[in-house]
Amino acid sequence: MNLVIATTIELAIVTTILLLLLATPLAWWLARSRRWWKEIIGAVAALPLVLPPTVIGFYVLIALGPDSPLMVLFQPFGIRTLAFTFTGLVIGSLFYSLPFAVQPLRTAFEAVGDRPLEIAATMGAGPLDRFLHVAVPLSRRGFMSAAILVFAHTIGEFGVVLMIGGAIPGKTEVLSTRIYQLVESLQFGQAHEIAAGLIIFSFLALFAMLLIERRIGGIRP
Amino acid sequence: MTIALRLAGKLGEDFMLDVALEVPTDGVTALLGPSGSGKTSVLRALAGLDRIDGEIRFGPEVWQNARVFLLPEHRRVAYVFQGIGLLPHLSVRGNLDFAERRARPGPFRREDIIERAGVGKLLDRMPARLSGGEAQRAAIARALLSQPRLLLMDEPLSALDGDARNNLLAQLAVLLADIQIPVFYVTHDLVEAERLSERTIRLVNGRIA
Repeated sequence: MNLVIATTIELAIVTTILLLLLATPLAWWLARSRRWWKEIIGAVAALPLVLPPTVIGFYVLIALGPDSPLMVLFQPFGIRTLAFTFTGLVIGSLFYSLPFAVQPLRTAFEAVGDRPLEIAATMGAGPLDRFLHVAVPLSRRGFMSAAILVFAHTIGEFGVVLMIGGAIPGKTEVLSTRIYQLVESLQFGQAHEIAAGLIIFSFLALFAMLLIERRIGGIRP
Repeated sequence: MTIALRLAGKLGEDFMLDVALEVPTDGVTALLGPSGSGKTSVLRALAGLDRIDGEIRFGPEVWQNARVFLLPEHRRVAYVFQGIGLLPHLSVRGNLDFAERRARPGPFRREDIIERAGVGKLLDRMPARLSGGEAQRAAIARALLSQPRLLLMDEPLSALDGDARNNLLAQLAVLLADIQIPVFYVTHDLVEAERLSERTIRLVNGRIA
């Protein structure tokens, strides 16, 4: 049981860190670009919101399987497949939770507006300097929201992790898939414990997020 | 040395800017005109914040022509914006530090600027906690501490009225008379222009009148 909790939390932490790093430049580009086709990219990045998790799981599973052209590239390194591995779970989770990072970050970056960036530019700050020392601190609420949402959403995923990970005990089994197996084998008592625990955790995560948004919001004009 | 500028471009559905001017690199030049006359557009082009077709030279340096466009962070200009002119996440002190850390060595001394702008007591305040006049004085201080070669001011008094406006106008008159760098001062107020500037350029409908 402790191993399942550890795998679940490890997956959520790794996914949150990687996804914030990947989603930040994408969200910045979506917020600042004036190209008309940027919303095509925006819609693609939001797809996981509406797709059944099994669709994401299916394609990621195929992409990480031994016959995929992607995995052929990794064969020289002795890696034939990433299906049913922890790394595979992380990759699936990145896709699954992508919109939960991009949306709050994009909204926060858009709220920064042109003025602070122009003020910084006329004080000699270049693009990266403006991004790191003006846009990021002004968007800290967005980063907090994104981190909490991605973390909680990754803990809550089921379809994707079941398809890519196969719920192998000690390796790719997480809390949500454990519940499923407990129910399958009619162990309702244990299923209740985990399910109730996840409800409490999810509530606390969302409550914390709302508190943070209000607290930090109070300082801003 | 002169600052020379020639800009011509369509800025909106039915607004055409067509301006050419050349002024010495010292003293205050007022750009005077009603709202929508293109004065802010000229100022933003000088700063490099917007790109309008044309040429801008600062002394021997080309800031903009058909092939060259020097980015605002490389022009060493300071801009005092209409309305909010401070970074909202930093205190007044933080804003001054932000400017100073990125500045090259220059003539403006921190203690002197803080005293002249009258922001000594405001250093620990956040911009949201400043009155209009205080915010504008802090914005002028952070502009000068970036050691600019050219100061651009866009209606710095427009958000103020009554005593606050008269006080800042008096302070600006003293400050701008002493300052060793050229200044462009955008206003729609003839009294302000005459009080603060050596020369006034009138703009109407995107052209020099």
